[in-house]
Amino acid sequence: MSEIITTNEESTVSASAESKPVLHAHNLTKVYKTGEVEVKALDGVDFEVYEHEMVVLLGQSGSGKSTLLNILGGLDDATSGEVYFKDRLISSQSKGLLTNFRREHVGFVFQFYNLIPSLTALENVALVTEIAKNPIKPEEALDLVGLLPRKDHFPAQLSGGEQQRVAIARAIAKQPEILLCDEPTGALDHQTGILVLEAIEQVNRELGTATVVITHNTSVGGIADRVVTLRDGKVSDIHSNSNRLSPSELKW
Amino acid sequence: MRALNLKLLRDLWHVKGQVIAVALVIASGIATLSMALTTLESLQKTSEQYYADYQFADAFVSAVRVPNTVKQRLEAIEGISLVETRIKKYASLDMPDFNEPVMGMLTSIPDHGQPRLNQLAMREGRWIAPGASDEVIVNEPFAEAHNLKLGDELPAVMNGKKRYFTIVGIALSPEYIYAMSPGSLMPDNKRYGVLWAGQSSLEAAFDLKGAFNDATFKFDAKADHQALLKQIDMVLEPYGGRNSYLRDDQLSYWFVNNEIEQLKTTSTIFPAIFLLVSAFLTNMVLSRMITNEREQIGLLKAFGYSNLQVGMHYFRMVLVMCLVGAVIGLIAGAYLGQANTEVYAEFFRFPVLVYDFSISSFVISTGISVLAALSGIIGSIAKVVKLPPAVAMVPPSPDVYHRSFIDTSRIKHWLDQPTRIAIRQIIRKPLRASFTVIGISFAVGLMVLGIQMFDAIKFLGVSFFNDAQRQDMTMAFYQNQKQQAFHQVKRLPGVLEAEPIRYVSVEFINGIKSHRGAITGIRSDATLQPIYDNYSQKVISLPEEGMVIGSLLAEKLNVAVGDRVYVEFLDKTGLRRDFAVAGIFDTFMGLPAYMNLESLNRELGEVGQYFMLNLVVDPNASQAFYTAVKESPAITALVTKKASLDAFNETVAESMLVFIFIFIVLSSILVFGVSYNMIRISLSERGRELATLRVLGFTKGETSYILLCEIGLLTLIGLALGCFVGWGLTHLLGYALETELFRIPIIIYPHTYSYSVIVAIVASVMSALFVAKRIHNLDLIEVLKTKE
Repeated sequence: MSEIITTNEESTVSASAESKPVLHAHNLTKVYKTGEVEVKALDGVDFEVYEHEMVVLLGQSGSGKSTLLNILGGLDDATSGEVYFKDRLISSQSKGLLTNFRREHVGFVFQFYNLIPSLTALENVALVTEIAKNPIKPEEALDLVGLLPRKDHFPAQLSGGEQQRVAIARAIAKQPEILLCDEPTGALDHQTGILVLEAIEQVNRELGTATVVITHNTSVGGIADRVVTLRDGKVSDIHSNSNRLSPSELKW
Repeated sequence: MRALNLKLLRDLWHVKGQVIAVALVIASGIATLSMALTTLESLQKTSEQYYADYQFADAFVSAVRVPNTVKQRLEAIEGISLVETRIKKYASLDMPDFNEPVMGMLTSIPDHGQPRLNQLAMREGRWIAPGASDEVIVNEPFAEAHNLKLGDELPAVMNGKKRYFTIVGIALSPEYIYAMSPGSLMPDNKRYGVLWAGQSSLEAAFDLKGAFNDATFKFDAKADHQALLKQIDMVLEPYGGRNSYLRDDQLSYWFVNNEIEQLKTTSTIFPAIFLLVSAFLTNMVLSRMITNEREQIGLLKAFGYSNLQVGMHYFRMVLVMCLVGAVIGLIAGAYLGQANTEVYAEFFRFPVLVYDFSISSFVISTGISVLAALSGIIGSIAKVVKLPPAVAMVPPSPDVYHRSFIDTSRIKHWLDQPTRIAIRQIIRKPLRASFTVIGISFAVGLMVLGIQMFDAIKFLGVSFFNDAQRQDMTMAFYQNQKQQAFHQVKRLPGVLEAEPIRYVSVEFINGIKSHRGAITGIRSDATLQPIYDNYSQKVISLPEEGMVIGSLLAEKLNVAVGDRVYVEFLDKTGLRRDFAVAGIFDTFMGLPAYMNLESLNRELGEVGQYFMLNLVVDPNASQAFYTAVKESPAITALVTKKASLDAFNETVAESMLVFIFIFIVLSSILVFGVSYNMIRISLSERGRELATLRVLGFTKGETSYILLCEIGLLTLIGLALGCFVGWGLTHLLGYALETELFRIPIIIYPHTYSYSVIVAIVASVMSALFVAKRIHNLDLIEVLKTKE
């Protein structure tokens, strides 16, 4: 099945040959209707993420990458096409089922961190572990992103990069099968952005969480196993890196 | 500015729920005040109109027997413009539909037509025919109580002789808006009726040919009324009349005035509290709304709109809300005002009705509401427009939270994160939290205040009639009785206990303070109707000498225990004495003064006399008892305690019922308005946070919990505090409502608190459900894109 989906690229990635896709989407279209105008945000997109894989989803604004991420994360419905989580169909499911899917299997990292200002770093992580089935300890998650010493700080007492790393800890503390990051470095300067990417890379490497990072920054593609480029709602390019760069090696 | 106006309309439409909630709060304040003052003003005008149209007299006097020739001497007194003489006598009526004795007050009217003073408002039938000795006009309330029709026969025992009258007319009189038998505190239309018969007919019946025993006067407005009374008394003294009094002391007038006075307090205090609370809430709600508009304001300024234009934009927004509120308030106030006025007018049986919507109260209440609303936003707008546009457009930096008591205390371990969020929100913004608490507590407090009126009335009735009085009934006699009649009554079938009482009309005087009332003479060992202190709920002992008086009378006369009060007896003896105040006790109703019966009789030189008997009657023998009583011509009235309690409930409770009911409905609206706005504003302030939680996999229920937990906690505090506020307001109102007739006991039954709290909870839950719908429709995707 994976062969059918990973099409136009000759060389299938080594990871895909051995492992199964955690998430895969088939022939996704998304049409936004605003009055009489129809905008095709996604136009027949096939996409998959494998276990342990790090995928960077590249594209300019309006390319459809956020729409794709929202549909993959169960936040939005596709107009047509299917999304599977492992073998379970998740597209066109009820809202309650999607909430449960997000709760148990997906970690989200947002561009603007979206930490709860009234909870400390540790508590922001605990917020998620309290409702998850098989979480790691909040302290452990914070330690993973190097922020254990700042666990009792409130968001307003943390820098942007620190807040984003707390957000990453919050996303992975439930041990999700998939981590979806929407422009995680978009609001950060270069130096801090590297730190955040290192945290994501480390999570992917050490916990083996399949990870999708959305960005418009082509350089970020260097840290991925696979880079998928979207343009005008279609996949315009897929390429695999034989060598993943460490975030510190990135330049932009 | 056209685009801005469009924005205004769309914004208003967008927050229409809040607009309506704010408008309802404003409207309830306006409606309460307009309703109350409209009722009050209409009633005042109506009663004045009634008194004027029907020539209600300025002064009254009764005597024993005055030759008609004396009338000219009264007319000659300078300052008296009109004198009307008549005969007024009690009779005992034998109502065929009613086995208890009924007392009738017979008043003579000219055979040829209306008297010049105290004219009758004819409701049905005709005037008595000239010279017809058996025709009578009856008071409408009495006719209704006994279902009397024109042409019905009415047997009356006058001067010991039984006579039959035919009812030819039914009428109302400004003199008997309240018709009360002597000694009773409340009108009882079943047992006391006013009848009008021809002058010549009553002259014959009461042996008063060529004489009168009662006169009424119209005074020149500029004359010294007190001096005129003295002159009248001087003329009539030889004929047993030395107790002329002004209309202020006329029983019905005094009673109606008391009711209106009490209504005046209710109509100003209740709505004033209400208006203040609603103004406070409007202010609070709007200031929070404007703070949320920060980004929009920055944007408008970035486009080049001036501070003034931006300010005006929001002013208009608030004005629209006020306007909607004012219109609803106007309609509701006018409607409720009219309904309430009609209830009162029917209660008082005014034959005329002047309904006058109180424009001034509407203008005042609307003004207060608008000012409160505008002052609510001025501060917030000023703060926001001061910011440079770029800063204004960026949301305020994340709120800084600090570790607080929940982080140090042991309870921390019991709190899950959502609960911590709620608690930290409260600690972080204590001012805002306290506004919410205060808002809800005042709404609850108002509800307690409204509902406790029922408690007070119920307690008043029970305490006054059941706890303080042990007798089944009180028997009144045609004239004072001697000891042997007492023994005769004790031998009547069914009589188990009997205790004599004597009422003597007196004027209490202490310097310039005076009160026209009565001294009640009872035995010092009285057990059926002893002196009962309503507050301590204890029986007060009566010494052999001196008076024990009610606290309201003590206040009115400004006397304390040990002081001496000058007492002028208004009966035919005309004695003047001074008595020591031996004790003061608290009572809810009336201005009583008690003396030992024997020492009272000694003063009057009438040993062993009494006017009434308190009785305990065996219920199994009551029929035989009633039959025996009916045959006794000396007995004029028999008032059962149950009848008094019923009369009390009808008189006091029913007149207030509508008002209280409206009040409760409006407080419920207030609770709803407050909690809806609180939750709605919280939602808009924290939409992003909540949507984030939804994205993280929190269910709708869990997300709603986070929002509602804070409001819920504050509501709980508000509910508890509201009970205290209600308690406080009740005390405040209790003191303010004190009239000469009665004082409202300050009593709140537990169920009043629980009922108020339940209504508040229902209103909060309803508003929470309205808002919860919005949580379900949160735009999750928007959260990922935007930074606040």
